Amino acid sequence: MHELSIAMNIVEIAEEEAKQRGVEVSAVYLKLGPLSGVVKDALISAYEMAVCGTSLEGSRLVVEEVPVVVFCPRCREKRSPRSFQWLCCPECDTPAPEVVQGAELQITALEVKDET
Amino acid sequence: MRREPRIIEVRQNVLKRNDLLARELRREFREAGVGVVSLVSSPGSGKTALLERTLTLLQPRFRVAALVGDLATENDAARLARSKAPVKQIITGTVCHLDAEMVRKALDGWKLADFELLFIENVGNLVCPASYDLGEDMRVVLMSVTEGEDKPLKYPTIFHGADLAVITKADLAAAVEFDWDAATRNIQAVRPGLPILRVSAKTGEGMDAWLEKLAGLR
Repeated sequence: MHELSIAMNIVEIAEEEAKQRGVEVSAVYLKLGPLSGVVKDALISAYEMAVCGTSLEGSRLVVEEVPVVVFCPRCREKRSPRSFQWLCCPECDTPAPEVVQGAELQITALEVKDET
Repeated sequence: MRREPRIIEVRQNVLKRNDLLARELRREFREAGVGVVSLVSSPGSGKTALLERTLTLLQPRFRVAALVGDLATENDAARLARSKAPVKQIITGTVCHLDAEMVRKALDGWKLADFELLFIENVGNLVCPASYDLGEDMRVVLMSVTEGEDKPLKYPTIFHGADLAVITKADLAAAVEFDWDAATRNIQAVRPGLPILRVSAKTGEGMDAWLEKLAGLR
C-alpha cells in the first residue's frame, strides 16, 4: 500500500502549481493506467488523508482510468488487449510488448475557484 | 463577487521527483562505471539467498557491493556481509518499497568508482516497488517455485516493469510439482519477450547463466 505516499506527492505537486498561479484548488484531475501499480479507490481514500492540514483540504481527487493500449507489431496498429495480464493483439494474437498507454500516473488538470 | 470553478491544464507526472532523482543516479552510476541490478520479489522468494551466493561467487572477479531494504532488522545485511562484500541495510520503517532518495542516502560515504557491480535488494513486496525507478540498469523480478505458477498473472505490474525474471528454489520444483511451462506462459503473457532464468542458490543450478547476465552489465 504505497497509495498514501503517492497521494502526498499529488498534494505537493498541486500545491506548488496552485501557489505559482495564485489560485485555490477545488479538485485535482488525475489520469491513471492499470500498469501504474496504483489502485484507484485506495488512492482516493489516501488523498482524503493527505490533504488534511494543507491548502488543498476539502478538495476532491477526480481519477480518470485509462485502458492499456499496445502496439501490435504484426498489424502495425494500436490495439487494446483483452486484459492487461495478456499483452497480445486481440485481432491476431501476436504478443505485443510495446505499451503505448496504461502506465499513466499523471496530474492533468486542476479545478480552481475563480473570482469573477 | 462570484466564485466559479475553472479548469487549468497541468501536465505533471506524480512521481516526477523520484524519476528525476533516479535519472540523476543512473547518470552517476554510468560515470562511475558501476553496473546496478535491483532485485524485487515477494517476501521469502529467496532474494537474500541468491544474493549471498552471487556476491560470494562474483567477488574474485568483480568488486561488488549491496544495499538491502527491509521494514525492520539488519538480519539480511548481516547475512550478506558473510560474503565479505560491502553491504548496507536500508531500514524503511513502515514504508513498503525503496525509492531513489533512500538509495541516494544509503550510498553516502561510499565511492561508486570503487565498485563494478552494485546490487539493490528491494523490500519484499510485489506491488509497491513497481512504481519507483531506482536508477538501476537491470530490474530482476524473482519468483520461487513454491509460490505457484500464476504469480505473474496476480502481480502483472511488477513483471511488466522487469528486465529479467528469475525463478528461484529450482531444487524444490519436483517436490511441489512446479509446472515450468505454465510459469513461462504466464510470464510471457504479462511481459512478452521477458528473459527467464531458473536457478537454485542451494545447489548452484543455473548460477552460471545468471552470473553471465551480470557480467554482461560490466
